[in-house]
This record gives sequence, structure tokens and C-alpha cells, in this order.
Amino acid sequence: MSLRSPLRRVTGLGSAKGGASHWYIQRVTAVALVLLGLWFVAALASLGGASHANVVNWLASPISSALAVLLVVTAAYHALLGLQVVLEDYVADHGKRLVALLVVKFALVVAAVIGVLAVLRIAFGVAA
Amino acid sequence: MAQRARPLSPFLHYRWQYTNTLSILHRITGVLLSCGFFVLVYWLAAAAAGAARYQSAVGMLGSPPVQLILFGTAFSFCYHLLNGVRHLFFDLGHGFETRTARKSGWAVAVGALALGLVLWLVLRAGLGGAL
Repeated sequence: MSLRSPLRRVTGLGSAKGGASHWYIQRVTAVALVLLGLWFVAALASLGGASHANVVNWLASPISSALAVLLVVTAAYHALLGLQVVLEDYVADHGKRLVALLVVKFALVVAAVIGVLAVLRIAFGVAA
Repeated sequence: MAQRARPLSPFLHYRWQYTNTLSILHRITGVLLSCGFFVLVYWLAAAAAGAARYQSAVGMLGSPPVQLILFGTAFSFCYHLLNGVRHLFFDLGHGFETRTARKSGWAVAVGALALGLVLWLVLRAGLGGAL
């Protein structure tokens, strides 16, 4: 006899209500970052010097700015999931863990917003 | 209720070997890359803030201690990328045989060092004008 309700069995999400979604999204963002990471490194290497003009020219093209936004968002999400696991594993005290998780997640989201806005400002020609 | 001495998790007397070394390195490089993410955002924000602000920001990136950090980031990037792909194969159920896992582990370690060095040199040369 099972103590799990039929609904629980159907959704398969378990007691954490999230199922394998944390694990799964970590893998999906990992695959995306393989491609985005290789693109970013190749782009940096072929920039021909990271002068301000070169960087702005490069990010002004639609494909570059789109991929750069994707890189920033995906990297922030992947880092958030990974750092969450690290903190949950090593910070035993529940209060400290909660504070650490909030600080790390807020910092990553703020950084991601700053990064996306920076790319958009360059892409739309707002940047000085 | 009196607490009896319970058996402890056996992590303290596991033999240190390549499996856990590669595993903890994946975590460490992941944390380092998370720090690198903030440097990336700083760089993008500096580029958006105009040529003068960008120059002063990039000038700081060229100093020797920051160069050491950039090398660490380049190595971390290569290691986390290669070992990450290795783990994706593990997730699909491949490469668990001892010989295969040891081989792929060595490939990741040597490949990350070599590619990390190449990446650092290429970036140094490519970014040379500004750094």
C-alpha cells in the first residue's frame, strides 16, 4: 500500500514539490553554456584587441548582442543553481544558509540585470 | 532522550583518489567561474559607460595580480567545460567503467591545463592593445 496520493504519484514531484527540475535545468543551462562559452571565447580571441571601439562595434551587431544577452542570463542561472547546491552542502546552520542563499541569489540577479542592460545600451547605441 | 554514539558518514576515512579530486575541482572551478561572471558584467558595464571609463577599468585588468586571476579563470573555464561535458556523458549513463572513467579524467585534467594556458595566451595576445 502506498501512502502517496494519486495526484502526487501522477505529478512525480516528491516532497520537495520540485521534482528533478533543479537538476534538469542545471543540465539544460550546461549544454547551452558549452555553445555560448565557446562562442564567447572565439569572439574575444578574434576581437583584434579589446579597445573600446572594437568591443562596442562587436556588441552592436544583432547576433553578438543577442548571444551576449543569452550568455549573461544563462551563466547567471547556471551559477545560481550551482552555488545553491554548494551552500546547501557546506553551510549547516539554517539561518546562515538562508542568508547566504539570499545574498548570492540577489547578487547574481542584480549582476545579470546590469550585464543585460549594458549589452542593450551598446546594441541600441545609447552607450557613450 | 539520551543520544547514543551514532556511526558517522564515512567521508573522513575514504581514500583520496582521482574521482573525488576531479569532483571537488569541478565545484571549486564552478565557484571561481561564478566570481568570473561578476568580472564579465563589470567589463560589459564599463564598455557601456563610455571610452574613458572603459579605459580605466581595462587598465586595472592588465595588472599582474589580475592577470593571475584571469589565468585562473581561463583554466577554470576549460576545466569546468571539459569536465562538465564528461559529467553530461555520465548523466546519459556512459563512461562509468573504471578504465574509461580514469582515461576521461586524465584527459580532462591534462586538456584543461593545456587549453587553459593556450586560452590565456590567446586572450592576452588578442586583448593586447587594451591590456
